[in-house]
Amino acid sequence: MAREITYRDALREALREEMYRDERVFLMGEDIGAYGGSYAVTRGFLQEFGPKRVRDTPIAELGIVGAGIGAAIGGLRPVVELMTINFSLLALDQIVNHAAKLHYMFNGQFTAPVVIRTAAGFGQLGATHSQTFEHWFAHVPGLRVVMPAVPKDAKGFLKSAIRGNDPVIFIEHSLIYRNRGEVPDDEDFLLPLEGAEVRREGTDVTIVSWSRGYYLALGAAEELAREGIECEVIDLRVLRPLDIDTVVRSVQKTNRLVVVEEGWRTLAMGAEIAAAVQEKAFDYLDAPIARVASLEVPMPYARNLERLVVPNKDRVVEAVRQVLYQKQPVAVG
Amino acid sequence: MTSTVDGRSPGLALPKSELLEMYRRMVLIRRFEEAAAEQYALGKIAGFLHLYIGEEAVAVGAIHAMDERDHLVTHYRDHGYALALGLDPGRCMAELFGKSTGLVGGRGGSMHFADASKNFWGGYAIVSGHLPIAVGLGLASQYLDERRVAVAIFGDGATNAGPFHESMNLAALWKLPVLFLCENNLYGMGTAVEHASAVREMARKACAYDIPAERVDGQDVLAVYEATRAALEHCRSGKGPFFLEALTYRFRGHSMADPEMYRSKEEIEEYRRQRDPIVLFRNRLTQEGKAEAAEFDEIDREIDEVVAAAVRFADESPDPDPETVTDYVYAEPVRVS
Repeated sequence: MAREITYRDALREALREEMYRDERVFLMGEDIGAYGGSYAVTRGFLQEFGPKRVRDTPIAELGIVGAGIGAAIGGLRPVVELMTINFSLLALDQIVNHAAKLHYMFNGQFTAPVVIRTAAGFGQLGATHSQTFEHWFAHVPGLRVVMPAVPKDAKGFLKSAIRGNDPVIFIEHSLIYRNRGEVPDDEDFLLPLEGAEVRREGTDVTIVSWSRGYYLALGAAEELAREGIECEVIDLRVLRPLDIDTVVRSVQKTNRLVVVEEGWRTLAMGAEIAAAVQEKAFDYLDAPIARVASLEVPMPYARNLERLVVPNKDRVVEAVRQVLYQKQPVAVG
Repeated sequence: MTSTVDGRSPGLALPKSELLEMYRRMVLIRRFEEAAAEQYALGKIAGFLHLYIGEEAVAVGAIHAMDERDHLVTHYRDHGYALALGLDPGRCMAELFGKSTGLVGGRGGSMHFADASKNFWGGYAIVSGHLPIAVGLGLASQYLDERRVAVAIFGDGATNAGPFHESMNLAALWKLPVLFLCENNLYGMGTAVEHASAVREMARKACAYDIPAERVDGQDVLAVYEATRAALEHCRSGKGPFFLEALTYRFRGHSMADPEMYRSKEEIEEYRRQRDPIVLFRNRLTQEGKAEAAEFDEIDREIDEVVAAAVRFADESPDPDPETVTDYVYAEPVRVS
């Protein structure tokens, strides 16, 4: 059995179910309790589970992530919420130098199974509150970096992250919390924290994206299908470990690749994917790989300027035409 | 400041065997570190090597006061704590040599000793970065109602960094059983305390968070033991964190690469002559009639053998198996590529 629910409710279900299943699971973060969570994911949880398990914290990202690591070492299953991914920069030392390394550096003696939930997104929020840094985390061995696009993945990944023994960076997106999708009823519905998924089959061009970018890719694919161009759309879902083989298999079929990402393109996931694909499928490529990304500027506040910066469906369509040589190459960000 | 050098010390009432064991562990640390310096000069040890010589009384006094179940995280000058905990000197030395038999299989090196079976969750090398982890360990203890204290060891330099303040605030806010044990050895690497900290007495920083604090003579192992015991009792009884500042001095450079331009030879010499924690303790036990010269000499001889054996063990141990280089990046299997 499955029900259609929102991305937000999928997260709420995952957290509630895991908290009922395991007393050691607790939540900690800025304004997750009395305020109800900046994106309302934990609304009502304080009343339901009490202040021991739903802990409002000071605005001290480094401290709360570090405390999450320590609590995990001490036998708990912490889910730490960082209000937005912009603030995760304050906790980078804890994530990169500590969470990611303990298991290896101490020779497998112990691990720090902390789940760090945070949200990317934009919407006239200005330069410091509109960023996305999934590729920063995906750079680091030892972290699992998950960025689900659909409710089913949001739920299955979050439950697996809580039950698993690795530190997980779980990145949501402020503009897809209301998106709906089918989610299995099973309280033990888990998804392995790896593997991309082909969500739309096609023969002409492969479009790879994740999180909100997946919806842009899908929109572009539907538009192009009306002209007889069949795009294969891959939701990457997990950025580390990276399932490049699924992308390569698709490129071997379509011979053309477009990557859609919301961050700046320099040294980002698209660059990594393009490099890996040319290593593994050089002879299959019929066109240079195209990347659709944000313009390389700090995010401006003004509505018209912001729209120029972030990727949209039209730019994905344009990139697909470019790799099909339907028009002269144009700058795509 | 708590000091027992000129006064009565309840620690003296400890059984003689325990007093001599404290002496023994201090000598073990001293000789182990001296041997490590020699092996470094011979090229058997590479990279960073931060010696604990001069500070032995802090680790030995503190560890002796701790319960086996208490959590420990330390800074990167961690050999002394490992040895004070009773970890095998051979495995400690093998870690410095980067051998498979090392405490963490040669993956960590000098700065990253650990032994989960002793609740020693590691030496950490980002100054102050481990303090939030101690807070989390304290949180786990409180959450699970375990009455274990999380002990965090750090230097004076760490108290000027953000993680220290975030950790102190959180520990106090949630009344967590965390003992912040600051080794004030007067220098953060090569920068004297007065050039780095607006407050010279580290313990005064605790008042901003309503955390009770005390200073103790870190060259006096019994004073450290007694102060730590009282501090642990405070934390264990649910009253929240405690801050203990041990005044100590490192006799050697910050690391093996340190030319020590920032302090005078006279200053070092004076500490070595007057404030050597091992000499002070031995004299004290002698004066109090707790042990005789022959007993100390016997321990000294035994330690020489232990350390020589540790070096031999490290030297003869195999390198890590190259096949294992990618082991332990993740705890769960990775299938994609």
